[in-house]
Amino acid sequence: MRYLPNSDQDRQVMRDAIGIKSDDELFVRVPKKVFDTAKPDLPDHQPEFAVEAHIRQLAAKNRAGGDGPFFVGAGAYRHHVPASVDHLIQRSEFLTAYTPYQPEISQGTLQMLFEFQTQVANLTGMEVANASLYDGSTAAMEAVLMARRLKKRDGVVVSGGLHPQYRDTIATYLGKDPAFKCMQADPQAQEDIIAQIDDSTACVVVQSPDFYGNLRDLRPIADAAHEKGALLIAVFTEVVSLGAIESPGAQGADIVVGEGQSIGNPLTFGGPYVGLMATHPNLVRQMPGRVCGETVDAEGERGFVLTLSTREQHIRRDKATSNICTNSGLCALAFSIHMSLLGEKGIEHLALLNHQQAVKTAEAVGAIDGVEVLNDHFFNEFTVKLPKAAAPIVEALADKNVLAGVPVSRLEPGKKELENLLVIAATELTSDADIEALASALKEVI
Amino acid sequence: MLNNQGRPTGVDNVAASSANGAALLPSEPLIFEIGTKEKSGVDLPALDKKVGSKLGNFARKSDIDLPALTEPQAMRHYVRISRLNYSIDAGFYPLGSCTMKHNPRLNEKMARLPGIADIHPLQPQSTVQGAIELMEQLAHWLMELTGTKAVSMTPKAGAHGEMCGMMAIKAAHEANGQGHRNIVLVPESAHGTNPATAAFLGYKVKPIKAREDGTVDVQAVKDALDENVAGIMLTNPNTCGLFEPDVIEIADAVHEAGAYFYCDGANFNAIMGVIRPGDLGIDAMHINLHKTFSTPHGGGGPGAGPVVLSDALAPYAPLPYAKREGDKLTLVENKGEGSDHLGRLSAFHGQMGMYVRALTYMASHGLDGLGRAARDAVLNANYLKAKLSDLYNAPYGDQPCMHEVLFDDSTLKGTGVSTLDLAKAMIDEGYHPMTMYFPLVVHGAMLIEPTESESLHTLDQFIGTMRELMEDAKAGNVERFTNAPMKAPLRRLDETRAARSPILKWEKPEQRKAAE
Repeated sequence: MRYLPNSDQDRQVMRDAIGIKSDDELFVRVPKKVFDTAKPDLPDHQPEFAVEAHIRQLAAKNRAGGDGPFFVGAGAYRHHVPASVDHLIQRSEFLTAYTPYQPEISQGTLQMLFEFQTQVANLTGMEVANASLYDGSTAAMEAVLMARRLKKRDGVVVSGGLHPQYRDTIATYLGKDPAFKCMQADPQAQEDIIAQIDDSTACVVVQSPDFYGNLRDLRPIADAAHEKGALLIAVFTEVVSLGAIESPGAQGADIVVGEGQSIGNPLTFGGPYVGLMATHPNLVRQMPGRVCGETVDAEGERGFVLTLSTREQHIRRDKATSNICTNSGLCALAFSIHMSLLGEKGIEHLALLNHQQAVKTAEAVGAIDGVEVLNDHFFNEFTVKLPKAAAPIVEALADKNVLAGVPVSRLEPGKKELENLLVIAATELTSDADIEALASALKEVI
Repeated sequence: MLNNQGRPTGVDNVAASSANGAALLPSEPLIFEIGTKEKSGVDLPALDKKVGSKLGNFARKSDIDLPALTEPQAMRHYVRISRLNYSIDAGFYPLGSCTMKHNPRLNEKMARLPGIADIHPLQPQSTVQGAIELMEQLAHWLMELTGTKAVSMTPKAGAHGEMCGMMAIKAAHEANGQGHRNIVLVPESAHGTNPATAAFLGYKVKPIKAREDGTVDVQAVKDALDENVAGIMLTNPNTCGLFEPDVIEIADAVHEAGAYFYCDGANFNAIMGVIRPGDLGIDAMHINLHKTFSTPHGGGGPGAGPVVLSDALAPYAPLPYAKREGDKLTLVENKGEGSDHLGRLSAFHGQMGMYVRALTYMASHGLDGLGRAARDAVLNANYLKAKLSDLYNAPYGDQPCMHEVLFDDSTLKGTGVSTLDLAKAMIDEGYHPMTMYFPLVVHGAMLIEPTESESLHTLDQFIGTMRELMEDAKAGNVERFTNAPMKAPLRRLDETRAARSPILKWEKPEQRKAAE
């Protein structure tokens, strides 16, 4: 076994030192009837090339993003990741280290987290960020719970523009709570969410760009929430958008959460991703997840440590702010490296390039008879209304090797009024030829 | 600014700090101190001025304030800070309850195949049949190894898996008219996530005391069980490194009282391929793919925590889950498309990147290799115990341990050296410290988990170091411990200061001065 360093002779030396004849004696406290009695239906060990061949065979059955025109978004986006990012995150010192609980020998991870927190805070227009959460959807859920703790109120109002699976994630945790209000699906950003805010509201949850691609004006919602003593939770699923649009912080958000996958992390069928969370300093003690802070060592040298751990489960047990134990360290590292490469100019340019390709796509698709683009303003994603149901059209286009986007009905099944809607995303990887291919294939199938 | 070694520090003197530090033990400024806003490490095509904007009034007007590094600068920055980290690849990492085993590189290679890394969670399911099949195969391994018939793949980490399992228990009680059950039993030795999870779901946590021998008192469990108990959260092997000998009796009693048995599977590495938790009567158990099945810890995630479920809880598994009809695989993604379930724990379908690594690891080892690995992990821990028990007190040492050995600090009594000091001295000897002060049930706990990845030679070196350290502590060389670490990139850090006046973000020196 190539991964097990001890020989049978080594094992015998250890058994002799312990004073046992067989390894089975070490399991003496295990009830006899369950010890090594089952025969699982599993194969024995295999050489590396055989395992590789097996996994390659599974991977080959999937249609990769790079295999043809690709317009799928709706919460995960296909962007270019520089080769240096993937190289650096595979350095042993980053890849095979544990959570930095011993700061003297974990400054690499800790410094990276401090840099990451600063990048996230600046990008979202907030003052502090945590060291990441599992993903955008769980970050949104955690933000709702954080707001309820802060406000000691139960009311939660969720916009109809929030990603439906984010809404469903929050719903799972809040259960059948009557204080949890979800607005109707809102493809054209027409909802009056402000009317829903009252004295029992802890928070309002609004996504921008929203699930349908609309840019939302957060400022009036923030003002209305604050007037009633409630918090605005601003959500994004496409972090690249923050390079082109005004930050949620500048629009009055109290907690900003979102998905960071687009920067540094491949699609990988939905995970692992990296949840971002940023807020104001006066709310930080109710913020879940790990936080890295600056300090000095015994000789006065600057250094970094995990801090504010009195919020966390390993200290507080049943009184913790969250049960979270893991962040998304390596994905946060990938994010931070990619963001360091981009910098201010790069993220802005990247964002505008995404927007440009999306505008071109919307123009090409919108020019087709019977296809209507619903959005007035959007970033790199928009919604079209097709003359018939979107799901079969997407299947038909997939047969032509064009992945056209996400039919809204896949996430909102059984809603007749949403059946013909298709969410289409473009990024810097979308070529003009891809746009032409989409438009001509779509013309054929509708 | 100079530190008391006479070396320049980075806060006020950026230029000096860039050259600071010996070549092989660098200190490195922050990206904000070396990067500039004018350049970029990414080249992009020029924008087409003819294309109009659909951003309207939403276009960004304010600065973001993000510096950039070109690629050579970025490589150097991150390589330099990486060298300040300890890692499994660089040395022995005996961190109890964390299972710091070798991370095979084939796993990484497989996770980067375009058919894995470059597929979208919402592209048509007909175009990702291989991905769903991979999930199905991993599920098969997990069910076979645990002796269960259902598994939810979606949880993103161990604590998320606990949430999933406990939510399934809650949903099952509610469906059976038992929604009034509001107490969860948690042994005192449990990991902090257990009580945190139970409390998160609105349960009252009732601690269960340990017996003298470090295992759960079956009578105490029976006494605590009544018609208001929803379940028990039990770690097995437990956090003291011991197999719970009465686990079947506990499971029977729990079931008889109408409650469910949540097993924390954090320590599955000791028994994989040898004992099936399903045979012990568990109803739900999460498996940390980042511990037992070698997906890298990555400096604190990402992880993955699939949960195996008993027949009683299987109907309450969260969305999504895979279904097979002949050759066609489907992921059931929405309510109303399948049986009862507890909803969605996150967007999309879980941690595919971790699944492929775990499956690669399992297929490489095979059933025979996994069983051998578990036995080696247990053998290694017992070898350490045998070779150290005369100098370190193993409070439950009269029985074999599983894959980790627990010592307390009683042999340090009177030396002026604490568990923390000893741990920091280990750093100067080239080791990552063991887990300290956990579990809480013994004084000054030291929990050592060698895993199957360590050779006899490494263990012997480690034993030599640990013996020498204890002897030196007893000989009164206190300063070696209280001043440690001396040979790490930094000396001990002031954690109190960090918590009292938190600095969580870099500020420009002038902003910082203004704030002070």
